[in-house]
Amino acid sequence: MSMNALKKKIAVVGVGTTEYGNFPDQSDYSLAAQAFKNALDDCGLEKNQIDGMVCCRIPYYVRMGSILGINPKWTVQLPPHGRMSGMSIIEAMMALECGAATHVALLYANIGRSRRVNYGGDENLGFWDPWGMTSPGAAHALMFRLHMERFGTTTRQLAEVSVAFRKNAMLNPSAVMKKPISIDEHEEARRIVEPLGLLDYCLINDGAVCIILTTADRAKDLKKPPVLISGVGSQEAFTDSSISNFSQNFWFDELQSVSKEVFEMAEVQHSDVDLFLPYDNFSPTVLFSLEGMGFCAQGESGSYVENGTLAYDGRLPTNTDGGHLSNSYMQGWGLNVEAVRQIRGECGARQISNCRVAQYVSATPCCRSIIYTRD
Amino acid sequence: MTGSEYNKPLPFNDPLTRPYWDHAKTHQLAIQICNECTDKHFPPSPVCPKCLSEKQSWTVVSGNGFLLTWGRFHRAYWDGFKSSLPYDVCVVRLEEGPLVVSNFLGTTPVGLFTGMPLRAVFEDVTTDISLVRFVKY
Repeated sequence: MSMNALKKKIAVVGVGTTEYGNFPDQSDYSLAAQAFKNALDDCGLEKNQIDGMVCCRIPYYVRMGSILGINPKWTVQLPPHGRMSGMSIIEAMMALECGAATHVALLYANIGRSRRVNYGGDENLGFWDPWGMTSPGAAHALMFRLHMERFGTTTRQLAEVSVAFRKNAMLNPSAVMKKPISIDEHEEARRIVEPLGLLDYCLINDGAVCIILTTADRAKDLKKPPVLISGVGSQEAFTDSSISNFSQNFWFDELQSVSKEVFEMAEVQHSDVDLFLPYDNFSPTVLFSLEGMGFCAQGESGSYVENGTLAYDGRLPTNTDGGHLSNSYMQGWGLNVEAVRQIRGECGARQISNCRVAQYVSATPCCRSIIYTRD
Repeated sequence: MTGSEYNKPLPFNDPLTRPYWDHAKTHQLAIQICNECTDKHFPPSPVCPKCLSEKQSWTVVSGNGFLLTWGRFHRAYWDGFKSSLPYDVCVVRLEEGPLVVSNFLGTTPVGLFTGMPLRAVFEDVTTDISLVRFVKY
């Protein structure tokens, strides 16, 4: 048996999000509770039907369950890392398939903006601190410099990622950043860790997401047409992680392995992917994801993204909600919600026509991809 | 410079890495080596990541390596780095294999490129701590 046995067995039936912004008077629990209510409304389930719970970036699962007044049979708490969104969904699929739970609510909340989280310095002690090396952004700056050296990729090509996602966000009423940006503005933006500047970094904002999964047979009776999980792929890269969040080959080999798994399981081709949803903590990750998933050859992502490829009206519509760079820093959770809303046709001005196949991918030390389909 | 004046981050107390810092104080660059399978790795690990042996030692390396990549910080995540902005961080592949994160000593060499030969030098930043830096070979 392989994960292929789960093909189209599990469905997303409910998604709920909060507003995105700066909410100093809200706790992560209160934001997660709002997202939970919205997800229940979305699918028509009662809260007492939720018998599985995943908490991510929420401090304490018992308090969360207590606040929501639910007693699941199956609970998982995962650390507040962005890579955990795809991992959580795959864990929940397995719990549903084996009957550990019948309806799983996955909860994520982030209050990093209002609590001024920096993602570097003394928040996480590291061996390389004495040399001033800290933060995931710096690791991505080092990787992008290496990509420039190895393949001749330019910062103007990298700008295409941020510019396209901003163009997408301008059509998303919930997006935090809606002011248009140009390639020149990307080049002139304040440098953070060169070769990356402000517009290569994800937003830090507060908000929460809830996703409700159940089995495909149970999903038929719910409020909206189910969105099926047709393929998943997984591969860790722990032995190449002596520098946090850094891979000397851009996680290419691991992503290739994930790509093979996810496309074979879903039985779709690259040309079938209507919507691509790469985890965009920093703009270079999008290039690494395109190469690793095989949308272009390694080293060719710079030219691949030129001329607006990734915009909602481009050759490969990508992060149509604006992603982490312009919509909201929901650490992959928001991208998985966008997959569901686009396939359902709920995306208003940014809706892509006849979206049937959406692919999420995270290029991180835990590489994951999920392919969602309408049928 | 005395310890009380130096306000950049210092190594945290960790028995696993102490031999590294002891070597650095004598201006030697050391990495961990497995007594059983001779795998060389860094930063140190409580067991050999190749064969899981707990029998591990430290070996002094040549200090020669090649520049893999680099970045220039314009933001100080620690107050102690504010007066150093902008500062450069480099990743060096030692000729023995492992990667180390470091800085260039003094002014950054002109014409950086992946593969540029570099060699290790040490800077005594406090009475107890010496940091490895790299210069053009």
